[in-house]
Amino acid sequence: MPEQANIVLPEGSLEKQTTTLNLGPTHPATHGVFQNILEMDGERIIKAESTVGYIHRAFEKLAERRPLYQITTLTDRLNYCSAPLNNMGWHMTCEKLLNVKTPKRVDYLRVIIMELSRISDHLICNSIVGVDTGAYTGFLYVMQYRELIYEIYEEVCGSRLTTNMGRVGGFERNFSNTAFQKIEQFLEEFPKVWKEFENLFMRNRIFIERTKGTGAVSAERALNYSFTGPNLRAAGIDYDVRVHAPYSSYEDFDFIIPVGTTGDNYDRFMVRGEEVWQSLGIIRQAYQKVQAFKGTDAEVYHADAPEYYLPAKADVYTKMEALIYHFKIVMGETEIPAGEVYHSIEGANGELGFYLISDGGRSPYRLHFRRPCFIYYQAYEEIVRGTMLSDAIITLSSLNLIAGEMDA
Amino acid sequence: MPIHNDHIKEKLNAQFGDGIISWDESSDILSLEVAPSIHLKLLTFLYDEPTLGFQFLTDLTGIHYPDQPARELGVVYHVHNLKENTRLRIKVFVPIEKPDVFTTTGLFSGANWMERETYDFFGINFVGHPNLKRVLNVDEMDYHPLRKEYPLEDQTRIDKDDEMFGR
Repeated sequence: MPEQANIVLPEGSLEKQTTTLNLGPTHPATHGVFQNILEMDGERIIKAESTVGYIHRAFEKLAERRPLYQITTLTDRLNYCSAPLNNMGWHMTCEKLLNVKTPKRVDYLRVIIMELSRISDHLICNSIVGVDTGAYTGFLYVMQYRELIYEIYEEVCGSRLTTNMGRVGGFERNFSNTAFQKIEQFLEEFPKVWKEFENLFMRNRIFIERTKGTGAVSAERALNYSFTGPNLRAAGIDYDVRVHAPYSSYEDFDFIIPVGTTGDNYDRFMVRGEEVWQSLGIIRQAYQKVQAFKGTDAEVYHADAPEYYLPAKADVYTKMEALIYHFKIVMGETEIPAGEVYHSIEGANGELGFYLISDGGRSPYRLHFRRPCFIYYQAYEEIVRGTMLSDAIITLSSLNLIAGEMDA
Repeated sequence: MPIHNDHIKEKLNAQFGDGIISWDESSDILSLEVAPSIHLKLLTFLYDEPTLGFQFLTDLTGIHYPDQPARELGVVYHVHNLKENTRLRIKVFVPIEKPDVFTTTGLFSGANWMERETYDFFGINFVGHPNLKRVLNVDEMDYHPLRKEYPLEDQTRIDKDDEMFGR
């Protein structure tokens, strides 16, 4: 075997000619808890076997006992880099089942939040690709804007990482002036920083040589592996749930779907980078639309769905209906209608789907999360076969594998 | 242009006739239940037939209905025609004593882990799967936790009366 010529073993030796290397479960370069058992010939990977499940938390089982509003906290912990996206996706799934129609202003506010969290997710992914190719500075530099995004979350819902943001039907409170100011500040300052960040990488010779042509997935293989999101688009397929099945009034926005050609690490980096620009454009449009609401319209932040949306506290103390609804919702005694829905949103990593089956009662009969990370991590074994270990590390981070989403 | 439901129904009924147990148009996606004997043929037909072209497997998962005799365990497929932007949901039910379903890994590479997950949580035996072992739970586990005979503890139960950790 010419590939293994570098390993010289004594005549008649029973030693194997390859090295087994454990990458993970807790290796800093995997950026998450999962294991790869690599069969190495020198620096080259000849076989990989992935093991996941180290942080499996049985969310699907837990969801079978919980009323809808308590499941939101489970969705936070899927892709924790963009928790509000998961929250919004879950609320929309419930609204589809419960047949709740949200007002336009709620849709636009949601779009702002969803695109902010898409930016914060891509921010992490792209800057981590930078870290893995040896450029730590970019990562630290853009972190201050993830911080600003988290401050916006904090202003909107009170928490930062696992947000539990919003309710079925809308938000728990209206956006404060501070929140709008911070969004404005973000729109003003972030583009310069992102431009600088991209300048650091896009034409950087070291970066290009490390990423171009490595970790490539062809369009056929990507489709066959059920890839979605930036990883599929980097291979050249323009599938985006925001366009194919618009939710939350995405049809009102003007944006393009960036696609790559080869599906390699460089294309994935570029597609995510361009998506950040598109998201910024969407936020800008949504912000203008939100600002256009005047008077009482500007006070709307939830749908009129008293059975599922918690009433205002003042009403609970003074009105009987509000008290009843408050009690029923908090105790999880609201019956949900029987039915079956599949709702998907364009998560930061791809199509994040919620398959909800209800047979009536207080909680779902069965809830399944379609987790994009789980689905495309299985392709990793095929992608890295025959590549160098150092390229495999970059592939791992540019696929953007989030252990929380993988294990559910 | 989404493919019309009637076209899908017509094509599949003509091809498989009795193998299709029921159609359901009440939910968000057109769904059908098929016999386990033909489900792989049907998925292959959906994949290959040019006017249907359901070549993208969106999701694959299991479900357990203990009250349906001889068809307790189910597998639900969501397939998608990305060009025409049409989704289709396919269900297969098998008895819990012999939960054998043909694997779809030959059609969709992405089905590999999804089937392993379904095996892990529901114990559905995907016949012909290249590597059917648990994926999220530990290998030593000897039950399939998402089946309904393993209920989570009832949060409102009153028979547990612990003085120290009173509920």
